[in-house]
This record gives sequence, structure tokens and C-alpha cells, in this order.
Amino acid sequence: MPKPDSLQGSLDLLVLKILSRRPRLHGYGIMSAIKDTSGDVLRAEEGSLYPALHRMEEAGWIQAKWVTKETGRRARLYGLTAAGRKQLAAEESRWQAVTSAVNRVLRTV
Amino acid sequence: MSLWSRIVNVVGGDRLSREIDEEIESHIEEAIEQGRDRSEARRAFGFALRQREESRDIRLIAWLDSLRADAVFGWRRLKKSKITSAAAILSLALAIGACTSAFRLIDALLLRPLPVANPERLHTVAFEGPSAADGKTRTYDSCSYPMFRKMRAAVKEQAELIAVSMYSGSTDLTYGADQDMEKAYLQYVSGWMFGSFGLRPTVGRLLTESDDLQAGAHPYAVLSDDYWTRRFGRDPKAIGRTFRMGNDLFQIVGVAAEPFTGTETGWVTDVFVPMAMKNPRTLASLNNFWLRTLVQLKPAVAAAPVRERLRAEFRAIQEERVKGFPAQSKRDRERFFQEKLLLEPAAAGRSNMQREYRQSLAALALLVALVLLIATANIANLMTASAAARAREMALRVSIGAGPWRLVQLVLVESAWLAFLAAAIGALFAWWAAPFVVRMINPPAYPARLVLPADWRVLGFGLALASAVTFLFGLAPALSASRVKPAHALRGGEDPHSRHRLMHALIAIQVAFCFVVHFAAGMFVSTFDRLANQPTGFSAERILNLETVTARSQPPAFWDQVAEHLRTVPGVERVALVGWPLMSGESAVGNISIHGEPPTDVFSDFVSISHGWADVMRIPFIGGRDFRAADTNPTVAIVNQAFAKQYFDGENPIGKSFERVEPAGGSARFEIVGFVRDARSRDQMRWPIRPTAYIPFQSIDPKGAFQPIGRGTFVVRTSSANPLALASTLRREVPRARSEFRVSNIHTQTELNQAATVRERLLAMLALFFAGVALLLAGLGLYGVLDYSVLQRRREIGIRMAIGAQAGDIARRVTVDVFAMVLVGGVGGLALGMASARYIESLLYQVRPTDLAMLGLPSLTILVAALLAALPAVIRAVRIDPVRILRSE
Repeated sequence: MPKPDSLQGSLDLLVLKILSRRPRLHGYGIMSAIKDTSGDVLRAEEGSLYPALHRMEEAGWIQAKWVTKETGRRARLYGLTAAGRKQLAAEESRWQAVTSAVNRVLRTV
Repeated sequence: MSLWSRIVNVVGGDRLSREIDEEIESHIEEAIEQGRDRSEARRAFGFALRQREESRDIRLIAWLDSLRADAVFGWRRLKKSKITSAAAILSLALAIGACTSAFRLIDALLLRPLPVANPERLHTVAFEGPSAADGKTRTYDSCSYPMFRKMRAAVKEQAELIAVSMYSGSTDLTYGADQDMEKAYLQYVSGWMFGSFGLRPTVGRLLTESDDLQAGAHPYAVLSDDYWTRRFGRDPKAIGRTFRMGNDLFQIVGVAAEPFTGTETGWVTDVFVPMAMKNPRTLASLNNFWLRTLVQLKPAVAAAPVRERLRAEFRAIQEERVKGFPAQSKRDRERFFQEKLLLEPAAAGRSNMQREYRQSLAALALLVALVLLIATANIANLMTASAAARAREMALRVSIGAGPWRLVQLVLVESAWLAFLAAAIGALFAWWAAPFVVRMINPPAYPARLVLPADWRVLGFGLALASAVTFLFGLAPALSASRVKPAHALRGGEDPHSRHRLMHALIAIQVAFCFVVHFAAGMFVSTFDRLANQPTGFSAERILNLETVTARSQPPAFWDQVAEHLRTVPGVERVALVGWPLMSGESAVGNISIHGEPPTDVFSDFVSISHGWADVMRIPFIGGRDFRAADTNPTVAIVNQAFAKQYFDGENPIGKSFERVEPAGGSARFEIVGFVRDARSRDQMRWPIRPTAYIPFQSIDPKGAFQPIGRGTFVVRTSSANPLALASTLRREVPRARSEFRVSNIHTQTELNQAATVRERLLAMLALFFAGVALLLAGLGLYGVLDYSVLQRRREIGIRMAIGAQAGDIARRVTVDVFAMVLVGGVGGLALGMASARYIESLLYQVRPTDLAMLGLPSLTILVAALLAALPAVIRAVRIDPVRILRSE
């Protein structure tokens, strides 16, 4: 079992980043992408992924659209908005700042 | 946009839930397609319901959603018990409607600022001093025009003074021939009033200061928007038209924009004309008090210094006026200088109606507020009883995770349903009731017209009232619901005593308030009864008063001719002449001097009558004779008992004489030829009948020539029981006798007599109605509580009966607590009533709060009502079948 907070609060950043590379993904696709691109290190849990998606949707960073697949089942596809792009840039630079700071601490001590 | 979508999602809450579910399902399907195990995929998702709730809360406003759910649930509960809900809502609606009506009246008459610029700066000058009649302090508003001008000059720098004539009935005017006379309420106002008030014309122009400079030189008139609409259908061509009033021709120059209708709140002015157009003699008189002085303070000027300046000026005016009264007695002079000028805020305008109805409306508002509290207590009891039945439901809600606040909200939302439905129905009631009450304040000579807008003020009051009521009856059950302990409640145990204590306390409060309402109603009814049954000393039966005016003043002989003609009309029994009808509100007074001594302090009323008048009015002679056709004013008089008592120590005054002394000097001597019983000439029913001297209708000047007369009243006693049946015939016959004569008003004497007690009748009627409502509500409440407690205790009663308790014993056990509460409430109500009685003392007449009847009658009524209300529950308790009850347990 992976630790519940293994993403260290970076779920938003990962979702935004993945959607910026590959628009129109459904929830399961986003989850798989996090798992695959991190080489099975990071896992987004269903229990926190959907509330996070819905929250970001309400915040206007991503937008969702229902599409009908060939199987006849409907799926909800997410894509990045302009506000989401701006948010991604902000989160990315914040992440860079934090990791480089942490690295500095690790090197000097 | 996000907030909006969240609000929208509240409305479409079900659709949202479905979407979230569908998304979760599609996720799981995808996982299975990717080769994962179905149950593993589901497990990975966790508790789906919680997922959905969490996502829902993100995508909508959670509290709004829960409110919506509670509202839907509350509505279903109301629908479940239709009859109880309807009864609760209707009783509350009646009470809320009555409160809203009272607020509408009080707001419209006393609180609502005039639609003028800076109403908060508007004040009015009033005078306070001991009354000549009984020495009590009285306040009056009127000034003379020279007084007004002096006061205006004195505070020129600090304030603008505006004169307006006081309301005194409507005026006759015509836009065409004399035959087409019509009535309008015409008001004389200072020309600069419109400018000072920042008013604009709808069409044409308004009056200005230059329209009010020279007496008689500015015959211009401005209409109110309301009158322009009613009379001219908003025709702009009305501007420039002329009308004639008396001998003066006025030209309409403009219409004042809505919603200004004058400053005499309670009456709506139709036509404004400049002060300068008032008859020049009145304008010049220092002693003719006929106008009201409004004071508009300049910006940043305080009221107190202005008042002091006005007081100094008033003192100077008094000093000057007193020089004109050389014959004034010492006590009169003292009283004269005791008068004090007051400066009262008048943002809501100022009228006599305000002075007269302020206290009555306050008393009425208090009564309806008590009725509202009684209705509220009923619903609180109902909610408490239903909360008891719902203890299990509440416990279940707590068990599955509802917090205390969520339960408070649930119960309060239900209460709000009741209150707001009731407020909506109450608003309809108030929409009808407030104008109804205004129509009742409708003495024939002074029809009241109160502007009663239904705007945000009334709406705000209604909403505030509904919210307050919601908390009053909803909070206690809501809090007790939130304190429910699941384990305790689900086991079926509860503490019924705390509920009973609350319900019993509410019963006591209801009885106390009910008592106060009945106590007050009893005093108002008995006041009205006593005033209405005051002996008038004359017979009003079949009497019709034709108030008549002539184009120009006519010699007395012509008046006699008309009277003679009216006697020939079929259905007319007797006709006589009088200056004005008895009890019409008009009066004339004079100082009386006996044997050339200085005049006494007590004024006498003077009424001019023709011969035969006492006979028409059925006022019996004690001695002497009636006037003869040749008698004139002065030289002879008929006096009443009060006159003889006041000036001749009650001796028979026939053959004696007195002098009528003018304050400005000069006197006229009268010989008393007749002595009649007391008859009421004024409409002040609370005062004793005043000393009255009747003088001949025809007057002569010092040279002995007859003086022409411009107005008078033909008093007709008809042979048919309904004198009004002859009204239109007589109206036609008067000008047929002499074309210069025209009937201005027709009133039956009964109508005038009733008008004298219109306020007391209104108060008595409404108080009685609300006393009935209060009794009904309190009775229903008592019935409900007793019935509920019998239902709760049926097991106990069953056991008692099984072991041999008698019916009487059961009845006593069931009712003793409640009747103790009725007693406590009664005593509390008594104390409350006695304490509040002094606030309504001035509305009462010959009624004392300590009278046995005043206290006994409400007590008895409430006791009987309580017994009746208890009966069904007692019968139900006694009829309990112990076998069936015990078996069902």
C-alpha cells in the first residue's frame, strides 16, 4: 500500500502538467499517466483524485466535457484552461524553488 | 461564475449526484478494461457514497444545499398534517396581518418622512399651556399670520419658516357655473414652500415667494398630482384653467410632482394657493389662529437656539397682544403668559389627526402584538409536542452523523415555513385591513385620506416580524432537538417533564396576555358605551341638517323665505334655522359680564337660532318663551341650565340680563327671555355641557339695520324614519326657493352625533375583535396542550382506572396542573393590566381600571373559555378503556 500522502501536496501540479502535455484525458487516464511517467513511484489515489479534479474545475483551472465512447459509455474528459496554464506556471516555479532549497540544505549539512 | 455555477448546482442537486456517480462508474469500467479485477477496482475507490458527498460539497454550496433539503423535508411535513398546519398558519397569519396593518397605519401617520428635501430638518411650532376649560395642560399648533411673519423675521438667519393652513374640511369651488360647485381640499401655503422643500412640477410651474407678497394679488393655484389625475385625467390642458371659490377667481399654474400631497399627514391636499390669497381681514388679525408654522432649519443649525429665539419673539408677541385685551381677568392673563412655545420635530409632517390618533394607535399596536405572542405560543407548543414525537427521528439523524447545528437548522427551517407562509397570508390581510381602518376614521365633515404605500418599509417590517416569530417559537424546540441523546432516545426513554414545564409556562403566558387584551378591550368598550350614551339634551331622530351658503350675503328675510318654502315640501314636519349644526365641531365663544362687572373667567358658547329651533330639536323650555320673529341679536337671549348655574347661582334667570364683552373692548347687552334644559352644542363628549347662550339668527348693527348672512343651516325634522330619503329633494328645493341659495353639505344629526365618538368606536370595535381572537387562540392552545398530555399519560391513566380510580379523580389529575397555570397567568395578567392601565388613561372616560366589572368580566370570560377548552380532553381521559390501553402496551 502506498502512503496516502506520497504526493506531498503536488497532486495539483502533476494533474496540470499532464493535462498541458496531453489534453482531453479522463480521470483514469490521468491516474495512469501519473503512475507510468513517474516509473511507478507516484500514485494518485481515486479517493483524492476526483475531489481534486472537481475542485480545480470549480476554480476554473481545468474544464470538463462529457463524450460518448465507441462502447456507448460516457466519459468525462478534462482539459486545461488559460487560467490553468497560468496556475501551472506558478506551481511549477514554486515547486522548483522548494526543491532547490531542500537540495541546498541537503548539500550543506 | 464559479459561485453562480455552485448556486445553480444547488437547484440541480440530483443531476449533479448522478453525474458524479456516472463518472465514478466510468472510471471503474476503464480500470476493468485495463485488466484490473472488478472488486479490487471498487475497493480502491473506497466508500463511494462519501466520495460523492465530498465531490458534491466542492461543486455546490454545501449549506445552501442542506437548506434546500431541509426546506423540501419541512414542506413535506407540513403537507403530512394538513389541518394542524393550516390552523397554525391561519392563526399566525391573522396575528401577523394585524401587526402589519398596525405598522402600516403607524408608519404612514407618524413615522414615514415626508417626500421633501431633508425632512429631518423639518420642525413645527406648537404651544403648550393650561386650558381655560379645566386647567389641564394642552398643546395646540395654531398661529395667526402676523405672528408667523414676526417669528419668520426673528430666525431668518437660522431657519426658513413656512405657513400652511390647518385642515378644516373641504372647500366649495367651481370650474364653471355656480350650479356645478364641487368639493376639493384647498390649502393655503407660503409661496416659498415648494422651493424650500425642493419639489418639482409635473407640468407648469410651482408657486414661489413672488406669488405670496401682496394680499389678494396672486390668484394662482397649484394642484397635487393626485387631484390632477382624479379630476382632470392628467390632462396638461388643465394648466391655465380657472376656478372660482367664493368671490375669488384662481388660475391653475402647475401640478406638484408625486408623491407630495401636503404636510397635513392624514389628509391629501388637492389645491395649493398662496397664503396672501386668504381673506385680508384674517391675514391682518393678530388673534385669528388658523395656520400651522413649519420650521425648516438651515444646514448645521441646532434646534435649541432657534427655539430660544422663537420663544423670545413669542413673548414679545404676547406682550403686544395683551394690550388688545384691556378687559381680561387676572387669572386669564396669568394663564395667557404661562403659554410656552415648543419646537417639535416634524419629519413625518404634522396634523391634528396625528395628535388625536397617536395614542390610540399605540394602544392598538400593543394589543395586536399581544395577540401575535399568543399565536406564537400556540405554535411553540405545537412544535414542542411534535418534537417529542420526533425524538427517535432526531436520534437517528444524530447516529448517522448529523451535528447539533444541522438539527437546529432542520427545525428552524420548518418553523420558517410556517412563519413565512403566515406572513404572506398576513400581508394580504394587511393589504385589506389598513385601508379599512382608515375608512372608519371618517367623520362626515373631515374624510381622512391617509396615503398607505406598500413598499420596502412595510415589506421589511413583515420579513423582520416573520423572522422574529420563527426564532420565538422555533428556537426552543430546535435547541431541544439538538440536545437529543441517541442512546437514550432510541431506547424509548425521554424526560417528558421538561417539555411539560415549557408548555405549561407558555399556557400561563397566553392566559396573562389574553387577560390584558380583554381588560383593555373591556375598558375601551365601556368608554365608548358611556360616551355614546351621554345625554345630548336634544333629539337627533329624523333630523336633517342642510348646511347652506349664498353667493353673496343675503338679508335674514330671504333666509326665512327659504325656510318657509321648505315647510311646504311633502315629508317635512318642521324647519328652523341655526348658525351651524349642533355637534358639528364648530363653536363660538364670548366673555360674559353680569351687572357691568369685569367679565368672568368662564367663557360661554354662543349659538344663533331662529324661532322654533328649540321645538325642532325637542329641547324643552324650563321657563320664559321662545324667540319671536321680530327678535334680534343683540337685545334678547335664551340660556341653558349650565349658564344659569355659572352666572346666576342656578336661579331662574328669566328677566335678568348679561353683557357679551369683546376682548378688544365693546360689549352688547342681552335680556334673558327664555330658559332651556342643557343641550350639547359641541362634539367634545368628554367635557361637561358648557354654559350656552342662544341668540337670534338675525343680527342688527348698532344703527338697527339687519346684517346680511352668508351661511347658515336649515334644520329639518322629517316625517319619515329615514331623513336621508328627503336629502336630494331638499337639495333641489333650496335654490328653487331663492336662486342665490345653495346647499353645501347635508348631514343627519345622528351621523354628526356618532362622529363625535368615532375614535372611541374604532378602538372599542377593534379591541373587541382582537379580544375574541385572543380568546379563541388561547382556548385552542389550552385544548391542544391538555389533549397532548392526556395522550401522553394514557398508560398511567389506564393503570389508575384499572386499580379503581374514579372519573372525578382522573379529571382532576389531568387538569390540575394546567388550571394552576391558568390561575398563575390570570394573576400575572391582572398585574400587567393594572401596570399598563395608566398609559391608556387619557383614552378612557368614566372608567377606572380598578372597577370590579373591569376586572371581573375578563376573569370570568377566560375561566369559562378555559373550562370549555378543557372539556374534550377530560372526556377523552375519562373514557379511556383500561383493558385496551394496557393490552396494547
